[in-house]
Amino acid sequence: MQGEEQQTVPVTVMRGLDRDDMQSQSFDVPFVPGMSVLDALIWIRGHADPSLAIRYSCINANACKECSVMVDGQVEYACTARLTPAGATVAPLENKTVIRDLVTDLAPSRERLDKLLASRR
Amino acid sequence: MTHLETDVLVIGAGAAGMYAAMAAAGEGADVLLLDKSLIGRGGATIMAQMTVAVALGEQDEDDWRRHLDDTLKAGRGICNEELSAILCHDAPARIREMDGWKVGWARDPGNDRIACVKAPGHSAKRCVYVDFLDTGPAIAQTLRTRVGRTRGVTRLSGMSVRDLTSDGGRVVGAVAVNVEDGRVVTVAAKAVILAAGGLTKLFQRNSASTNMGGDAYALALRAGADLVDMEFPQFFPIGHLAPRLVGMDPIMWDPFRYKLGGRLLNGRMEEFMHTYGEVDDGTYNAPRDITSYAIVKENEAGRGSPAGGAYLSFTHVPEEELRAAFGPTIDLLLKNGIDLTRDAVEVAPIAHFHMGGVRVDGRLRASVPGLYAAGEAVGGANGANRLSGNALSEAMVFGERAGRTAAQDVAGTAQGWTEAAAAPALALLDQVRARAQATPEGAVAETTRTWRDLQALMWDKVGLMRTEDGLTEALGEIRAMSAALPDLTLARGARFNSVVEEWFELRGALQCAEAVTLSALNRRESRGAHQRLDYVQTDPSFERNQVVRLRDGRLESEWVALTRIDPARFEEEEAA
Repeated sequence: MQGEEQQTVPVTVMRGLDRDDMQSQSFDVPFVPGMSVLDALIWIRGHADPSLAIRYSCINANACKECSVMVDGQVEYACTARLTPAGATVAPLENKTVIRDLVTDLAPSRERLDKLLASRR
Repeated sequence: MTHLETDVLVIGAGAAGMYAAMAAAGEGADVLLLDKSLIGRGGATIMAQMTVAVALGEQDEDDWRRHLDDTLKAGRGICNEELSAILCHDAPARIREMDGWKVGWARDPGNDRIACVKAPGHSAKRCVYVDFLDTGPAIAQTLRTRVGRTRGVTRLSGMSVRDLTSDGGRVVGAVAVNVEDGRVVTVAAKAVILAAGGLTKLFQRNSASTNMGGDAYALALRAGADLVDMEFPQFFPIGHLAPRLVGMDPIMWDPFRYKLGGRLLNGRMEEFMHTYGEVDDGTYNAPRDITSYAIVKENEAGRGSPAGGAYLSFTHVPEEELRAAFGPTIDLLLKNGIDLTRDAVEVAPIAHFHMGGVRVDGRLRASVPGLYAAGEAVGGANGANRLSGNALSEAMVFGERAGRTAAQDVAGTAQGWTEAAAAPALALLDQVRARAQATPEGAVAETTRTWRDLQALMWDKVGLMRTEDGLTEALGEIRAMSAALPDLTLARGARFNSVVEEWFELRGALQCAEAVTLSALNRRESRGAHQRLDYVQTDPSFERNQVVRLRDGRLESEWVALTRIDPARFEEEEAA
C-alpha cells in the first residue's frame, strides 16, 4: 500500500485515578488488519502517550489473563479482542477498583500488600 | 515505607520461583514470593505451549544419561556439565511429582503411559506435554494452586524489585516497590533466589512476555555477582511472522511440527534445509541454531517469503489428521482467517530464550553469598544452544534445588539487614520519583521510545548475524543510551506509573545489553546461537566460558575453563 496514507481508527480510552472521575481521551491509531485492541493500546503508549496505564503480560498468547478490560461495554481480553475499522472504546473493568486508567485491582486479595499489612496489624 | 522480613526471598513467580518457594518452605523456611506481574501469570512459563524434556523411558528406552548426551551435543561443547547433569538427572522426579499434582500430561490412547514426542535434537521420544498447546498454562496453574496451599509461603503480586541490598559482601535483602500505589518496601532476607527469567524482550522480534527485560541478570550484576555465557540468546527459528494472529503465542508452530511434520519452504516454495547440511523433507529434526541461520541466509539470497521469513506448510496433511492433533487450535486459526489445508503461513526466527545467566555452582549458589538463581535466570546448563524442552525442566529442577539449598544454608542464621545497605537504592528511588513529579505539563515521556530504540539496535547489530563493526557500534550506542538515562523525560504520579517502571527496567536492560554485546564481541568465532559473519568457523580455542561482572561501575570479562563431570561419579554422589 505504498504511497497511500495509512488508515487510522479512533480508539477512546477512559483515564483517571478514580472511577467517579474518569475522562475519555481519543487517539487516532494506525490500522493494521487483524490487529488486537492491545496492539492499539501498546501503540498509544509507544507513540502518543507512554503514561497511559494498562496491565498486560503475555501480550499475544491469551495466557496470562491480565489484560481484562471493557471493550465497547463488553468484558474482553484486550489481546484477543480484534480492533475493527470502526475503532473501539476501552474502559476499566466495572466490578473492580480502578488503580489508574485501564488498570484495576486484579490480583487476588491474598497476594496484595495492603491485605498482608492489614493482617499483620 | 514498609519493612518486611523473611528467611528466603524469591523474586519471580513462574515455574522456577514457585517451585523454589515450595521447596524452601518444605525445609521449614519462611518464604516471601514476589512477582512484578501476578503470581504464576506473568513470565515465560505460562506462555510455553510446547514440551518438557525428561527421560522417563515410558515410550523409548531412555535414561538421564542419554538426555545429558543430547543436551551437551546441542550445547556445542560448552555446557556447564554439572548443571546439565542436574537438569537431566532430576527432571524425571519433578515431572512425576507434577503428574501426582494432576498437571495433566497427555497420555497414550488406551493406556496410562505418558505420551512423549521426539523434538529436534533428541535421540528418543522424551518430550511430554499437555494438550492442546496447554503445557505452560497447566504447569503454571498447578503450581499456583500448590504454592497457595503451602504453609510458610507469603505471595505478593505487583512487586517490582529495584535492587538487592548487600552488606559486607553478602546479599541481605532487597528494595522493592508496590507498583499499584508506588509504596517502597524493604525486605530483609537471609537468602535471595533470583527466578525472574531471561532477557528476550531486549530484541525487537521476541516471544517474551512484557517482563522478560533481564531483571534477574541486572539485579545479580549490580549485587556484584558473576554472569556467564551472556553472548548466547536463542532464536527460535520458526516463530510466527504472517499473517497477523491474535490470541496465539508466536511459538505455536513448534508443537505442530513435532506432531505433524510440516514442510519448511523458501519464497519459491522449495525446500532449502539441505543447502545447510540438514534434511527437512517434512521432518522436524534440524537444530534451532542451524534452521535460524538457514532462514536468514535464504532471505539474504533473495529467496525469502514476502514478509521476510520462510513458509511453513501443512497443506499436504489431511484435515482429519490436523483436527485429531490440534482440534480447538484449528478452529482458532480459522477465526484468524488461516485454513491450514489451503494456506501456508510465514515464519521467521524470533528471540526466545537466553542460554546465559547467573553463574552458579551445583547447589544453585551465585558467586555472592546469600544469592541463588533458578530457571532461565541461571546460565550454563544449555551451553551455546538449548535443546528443545529443556527450559521447563530446568525451571522446575533448578527451582526445587535452589529453594532447598537456600533454606538449608540459612537455617538457624540471623538476618544481616542494615539500613545503610539499603540507603543507595532508596536514594535512587527518591531521586527518580522527584524527577517524575517535576515533569512539565504536556511533556511526553521518553522511556517507551528508548525501549524501542534498544530493541531495534539489539535485533540489527547483536542478533542473528554479528560482526566486529556492528557489535562495536552497538556497544557504543548502548553506553550512550545508558549515559542519557538520567535525563529521560518521565511522567508524574505514584500509582501504577508505567513510565517509572519502564525507566528502572531500562536501567537493567541496558546493563544486560552491554553484557551480551561485550561477550559477543569477545567471542571471535561462531558457535551455536552466536554467529559471527567475520569468524564463521567454530574455533576449538574458544571451548571456554566467558564470565562478566560489574566492578566499579564497569563491566569486565574473563575467560574460564569448562566445568566437566564424570556422569558415573555424578550419579554416585547424587545417590549418596
